[in-house]
Amino acid sequence: MQTFDLESHSLRELNSILHAQKDDTNQTSWEVINARGSHAIAVGLDAPIEVTIKGSTGYYCGGMNKQATINVHGSAGPGVAENMMSGTVVIEGDASQYAGATGHGGLLVIKGNASSRCGISMKGIDIVVHGNIGHMSAFMAQSGNLVVCGDAGDALGDSLYEARLFVRGSVKSLGADCIEKEMRPEHLEILNDLLMRSGADAKPEEFKRYGSARQLYNFDVDNAAAY
Amino acid sequence: MKDINDTPIPRTDPIQSATFTNPINAEIRRAAATGIYDIRGGGAKRRVPHFDDLLFLGASISRYPLEGYREKCETKVTLGTRFAKKPIELETPVTIAGMSFGALSGPAKEALGRGASAAGTSTTTGDGGMTPEERGHSDKLVYQYLPSRYGMNPDDLRKADAIEIVIGQGAKPGGGGMLLGQKISDRVAEMRNLPKGIDQRSACRHPDWTGPDDLEIKILELREITGWEKPIYVKIGGTRPYFDTTLAIKAGADVVVLDGMQGGTAATQDVFIEHVGLPTLACIRPAVQALQDLGMHREVQLIVSGGIRSGADVAKAMALGADAVAIGTAALIALGDNDPKWESEYQKLGTTTGAYDDWHEGQDPAGITTQDPELMARFDPVEGGRKLKNYLKVLTLEAQTIARACGKNHLHNLEPEDLCALTMEAAAMARVPLAGTEWYPGKAGF
Amino acid sequence: MCGIVGLFIKDKSLEPELGALLTDMLVTMTDRGPDSAGIAVYGNNTNQLAKLTVQSDNASDDFATLDTDLSEAIGVTVSTRQKDTHAVIEIPAAKIAEARQILSDIRPNICVMSAGDSIEIYKEVGLPKDVANRFEISNMSGSHGIGHTRMATESAVTTMGAHPFSTGADQCLVHNGSLSNHNSLRRKLIREGIHIETLNDTEVGAAYLTWKMQQGSSLGEALESSLEDLDGFFTFVVGTKDGFGVVRDPIACKPAVMAETDQYVAFGSEYRALVNLPGISDARVWEPEPATVYFWNH
Repeated sequence: MQTFDLESHSLRELNSILHAQKDDTNQTSWEVINARGSHAIAVGLDAPIEVTIKGSTGYYCGGMNKQATINVHGSAGPGVAENMMSGTVVIEGDASQYAGATGHGGLLVIKGNASSRCGISMKGIDIVVHGNIGHMSAFMAQSGNLVVCGDAGDALGDSLYEARLFVRGSVKSLGADCIEKEMRPEHLEILNDLLMRSGADAKPEEFKRYGSARQLYNFDVDNAAAY
Repeated sequence: MKDINDTPIPRTDPIQSATFTNPINAEIRRAAATGIYDIRGGGAKRRVPHFDDLLFLGASISRYPLEGYREKCETKVTLGTRFAKKPIELETPVTIAGMSFGALSGPAKEALGRGASAAGTSTTTGDGGMTPEERGHSDKLVYQYLPSRYGMNPDDLRKADAIEIVIGQGAKPGGGGMLLGQKISDRVAEMRNLPKGIDQRSACRHPDWTGPDDLEIKILELREITGWEKPIYVKIGGTRPYFDTTLAIKAGADVVVLDGMQGGTAATQDVFIEHVGLPTLACIRPAVQALQDLGMHREVQLIVSGGIRSGADVAKAMALGADAVAIGTAALIALGDNDPKWESEYQKLGTTTGAYDDWHEGQDPAGITTQDPELMARFDPVEGGRKLKNYLKVLTLEAQTIARACGKNHLHNLEPEDLCALTMEAAAMARVPLAGTEWYPGKAGF
Repeated sequence: MCGIVGLFIKDKSLEPELGALLTDMLVTMTDRGPDSAGIAVYGNNTNQLAKLTVQSDNASDDFATLDTDLSEAIGVTVSTRQKDTHAVIEIPAAKIAEARQILSDIRPNICVMSAGDSIEIYKEVGLPKDVANRFEISNMSGSHGIGHTRMATESAVTTMGAHPFSTGADQCLVHNGSLSNHNSLRRKLIREGIHIETLNDTEVGAAYLTWKMQQGSSLGEALESSLEDLDGFFTFVVGTKDGFGVVRDPIACKPAVMAETDQYVAFGSEYRALVNLPGISDARVWEPEPATVYFWNH
């Protein structure tokens, strides 16, 4: 275990060292202390390493991650794991707005609540939130799975494409073109796998599935008000 | 008594309304029939004050010109000198503006790369990610970071020579995009993670930040991911250039790209293209003023785009304070867009050479703004690249010709004082004296 | 575009620390707003006098004999306490309006930053740490306070363009975001007789609240109606004599983090602003909902 203190060393040093780790590195375990809400911690990683961050992080922690496993022992600021490609990011606390924005792959687990715009424009990432999510989540979400064990805020899945949304609790309101859909066996299977991998204490049968009504896919004048 | 009806009564000529013109009436009928606004490609078609309304004051007795074939007039420009470890060095200040794969075919993107590389300048990706054709054929490639993040990934980010955060473009400042289903082919759909054949909607704001205070943090993240090597450009549509340039600089930009309303787009509402934004001519001085007020002129470079067509336009933009320019529409025309040789096919599409702008529909007879394999096959990227190189060379030579005539050994030494204006409007917008006077609107002493 | 911090003390033993805690929070938000900074501190008032905080670009001349000149003019002994370019005039509350009128005659270059029983506003152009040092904010005690770091968007970087903006007796407002209908609203408010000094969008927000409250709205009601009448992006934090409130526009893009413990309620544009607060690791931390008015009162 390598320990890196962000109070005595700079962000640039931290990210340089983490970027220097290649696929075959033997320094696979890193701990970052004194995060104190700093931005851009452990961004752009591309190696199968584990990074544990003690304390809360600022904007874009784990941004554009590939391969790495990043654990935040605290809460995460805006845009955690934005545009993630692969790997895993786990937030022990809450996540601010834009969690997992535009993510292409990998798994983002938020053990607390996520704020607004969780999974905005997601493009293949899987996001599991143990608590609740805020308004405008999964706005223009393209693909991937968003699992919410608690409640969802206003305008869930507005202008949704093909991402799948699973919510166990209540949904304050659905956004334009987002509807409840039938839960089929293949969806229960996806859910089961994601709940297990994210350590969520919930059963697939307790969830409802939401998806795109596909009414905005090709312009129709009768739907103009929804644009 | 004679019947007055026997004498023909003089009649007035039919008069077309200057308000309800035939094109306006046609648009009203089209809107009434379809219920959707008109979507098209390109930039503003209306006449606005432009570089044509400025002239250079060549050297004579008070100043001495440079000898065209003997005395050097340098054209090199370096972009990204403020923070980036690896600034971009170009042979000519004429760059290729961002145009997406999806809007353009793969071979067209390849041709842009070939032409620009041969001329020693850079190309730019667009809303759709980086293709191997484009990266492979571009010596210097600027990677656009857009609200949609289609095809956005850290590997391509690291492969780029510079990163351009797109906040707006001149054709539609404040708006998102719309790529109609016809152009979402299998390959485009895969690159954008979209179902094939649907209309793709692009967001108008970035999904994970809003405003200059957040932008500063976004720039930090992009620099950290790419090891502070690459210049970070910030592209804005011309609307409030003084404030927007100021804020881009405060947020940490290395380069500001400023696109006026004549700048093109692959597709957006006609009403947006024609009625939102500032003419390119009116954008430059406020932006340069912002750079000067912050002590950043030439430290943060300014790239101007939107309606650049000739070496004279290049020289005029630079005289007003730009460090470089970018061309989009002009580059497509150099490749063969709107070429008269396709006139019969333009007619079939209900248009004519020079007016064809339905780039979003994917039926481009020239095979450039399409994903249709048959149409694409009409376009030869090697020949297209050669034409673009030739055109870029001409732009550079023309700009040099003017600069030498003004006695400059570098394009960068052109100044606003080398210009005069033909109209009051141009004089006001460019803050350049009306021809034959010392005065421009807003300056005391008339 | 800016950074906001706010601290509302519940546990009186923490009141002597207010200035120091707020200063630390404010300086952390420098990146979000390097142009100017300002702070409103609500101090406990022991001597029953009201306070008028004034500013002058020519402080040494304007403040030198201010107390005697003003005392003479209004016939009541007033005291002034100068801090750099600002001075706090202590005066009976009943004399505030008269004093403001006289000040505009005898010291035309003086600007009034705030008036009220407990509020003092200090703001200047410059980096937040320099501004906080000039006014020795870290030595101040108080029950609550609000700070702001500014990255100017469209209006000028000036002292009067810095936040907080005073919205009435013991009231102030700070803003992160950008209003899009402030010019029309400014014209309307001026026609309504509201005094507006700058072309700043936030001042219009503040003046709007003042106007609404003059019409009989409570501050909470005024904030509710701001959601209807103000267009654009905003996170507002407002201060009153007894407490402070928070409201975000319905889109709620501009960041806001809140923390509450038994000792305090705190606001920050980013979590970074909160990290040095006592007991933060065990605080309840959350983000205010869009289009929802929050208020804490003593």
